[in-house]
Amino acid sequence: MPDENKPTPPTPSDGDNKPTTGKPAGSVQPSPPPEGAASASAAKPATPAGTPAKTAGDHAPAAPAKPTGPATIPWDSPMVATLKRQFGSGISEASTYLGQNYMVVDRSLIPEILQVLRDQEQFDYCVDITAVHYLTREKPFDVIWILYSFARNERILVKTLISDGEALPSSVPIWPTTNWLEREVYDMFGIAFEGHPDLKRILLPEGWKGHPLRKDYGIIQQDNEWVQANLGIESGQ
Amino acid sequence: MSDPSTNISHLELGDRNETFLDSNELVINMGPQHPATHGVLRVILKLDGEKVLGTECVIGYLHRGVEKIAENRTYAMFNPYVDRMDYVAAVSNGLGYCEAVEKLLNVQAPPRANYIRVILTELNRLASHMLWLGTHALDIGAITPLFYTFRDREEILKIFEKYCGARLTTHAFRIGGCLYETYDGFEKDVTNFLDFVTPKIDEYEELLTTNRIWVERTKNVGKISGKECIALGVTGPVLRASGVRWDVRKAQPYAAYSDFDFEIPIGQNGDTYDRYLVRMAEMRQSLHIIRQAVGKIPEGPIMAKVPKVIKPPVGEIYHSIEAPKGELGYFIVSDGSTQPYRLRVRPPSFVNLQALDMMVRGQLVADVVAVIGTLDIVLGEVDR
Repeated sequence: MPDENKPTPPTPSDGDNKPTTGKPAGSVQPSPPPEGAASASAAKPATPAGTPAKTAGDHAPAAPAKPTGPATIPWDSPMVATLKRQFGSGISEASTYLGQNYMVVDRSLIPEILQVLRDQEQFDYCVDITAVHYLTREKPFDVIWILYSFARNERILVKTLISDGEALPSSVPIWPTTNWLEREVYDMFGIAFEGHPDLKRILLPEGWKGHPLRKDYGIIQQDNEWVQANLGIESGQ
Repeated sequence: MSDPSTNISHLELGDRNETFLDSNELVINMGPQHPATHGVLRVILKLDGEKVLGTECVIGYLHRGVEKIAENRTYAMFNPYVDRMDYVAAVSNGLGYCEAVEKLLNVQAPPRANYIRVILTELNRLASHMLWLGTHALDIGAITPLFYTFRDREEILKIFEKYCGARLTTHAFRIGGCLYETYDGFEKDVTNFLDFVTPKIDEYEELLTTNRIWVERTKNVGKISGKECIALGVTGPVLRASGVRWDVRKAQPYAAYSDFDFEIPIGQNGDTYDRYLVRMAEMRQSLHIIRQAVGKIPEGPIMAKVPKVIKPPVGEIYHSIEAPKGELGYFIVSDGSTQPYRLRVRPPSFVNLQALDMMVRGQLVADVVAVIGTLDIVLGEVDR
């Protein structure tokens, strides 16, 4: 991203009046302390030390957050080793980000690996199921299971990638709680779950067209036909 | 653990022949405008006489698309929206959201901010439980507790109002800490409130705990076992009343909760009466936490160093807190821009409401009202 070229802004145009401390309120150019600022920027021209304080003030077109984002580190645990032995390359990634363990698994593993996680690894509580839509990706949907184990006091995320229109096997036989959670994912993203006992919309009315949490669904978009037919008004807006 | 799953998806018609009446199946509609559904919840009941054979919840009447709104607002702009989900526990919602974004930004709120957060959140838990108690008792037929709890809850709202200017949708916290320093006399106000409310909780219990009508209406009503709770993802006081000693504040402490000594009250039977007792005990524990916190609020800043324009690095995070209703989680996906790429709320009320069907099967239709009350749902959070 453009953060590579931004953290070294010794360009005299806007980078000079930053004393790298205090409030960069961006209000006025503090002309009194130019020498301190100049020395500060001269002392360490190349280090990105000034960047955290810098993002706040002036327009800053680039610098998407700090260049030093927390690193994703590999997640090593006996459980991951066991699962990898069992499922091989189906587990394409097992990492930890900010203390949160997650694994990315192949779509084909989906009912089995969840079953194994519940039965053998004691992840008996399915906290949530959700999805994320990436419009331009080849497989546009991330589907994420958030699992928790009471016995281990551990929370993990299991993620898989699916293409548009592809169905997933329902996990209701594994965790009954996923009944409504899957219905919500279906309602909001249009991802079907095969074998779900009662897959229908949950928050939006039956007969509504479209899935609002897809990225190609606008924030003020609505199913005008449905609104006119059922509410008797031109538009809800 | 497969038995609850079968319970959910199939009507159990087996013991229907016990009744001497002719089988008289009836489908009736309850809500969405019904005083005992605590908002706009519609429940379709399938009855045999007075006995409930099955239910179906129809929800979404209050759906405002909070998750979609989040994708179109900056991180700071979205903060007030979370107050509108569980509007009787707005402070808890705000705490969960702010902590989730802080985790994504990899910043820590300063200790002073964390203490203020704990005090206000626990006060909010009390307010939420008081509102629950008043309305739950009212549903069952006891009118008096409602006036008592609303009178006492008012004192909490006054503290909120003095602290941040709002009573319900408080927007009390900001990403990185708190915006407002405590006002002069905050500690005194809180201490006075603790002294005022401690005997009041005894008073509620005097009214209800051994009251014969209350016991008859709540004992063995809406039973759910710990295993079934876990299978159904039920959290919060409902889970604890079924004997599972689990609380996010203890299991994965956040804010300053690891500094305080408190217990996790649990029940045994998992019925409506036990849930009542657990919540009453929780209120006392909240008082205990507040009393510890208010005496030793550390000095220091109340805001961490957070850039004015919040741009978390690319990544995904899930963070959850123990809201008054259960585990409230936020799953946030950042693409490095000023707005969340995706924000998912894991609402405790939504998941807990799913257990309604299981809990009322085989019970009387009048118990449905008691069970809806004991689940302590807020439709603003169910529908989001």
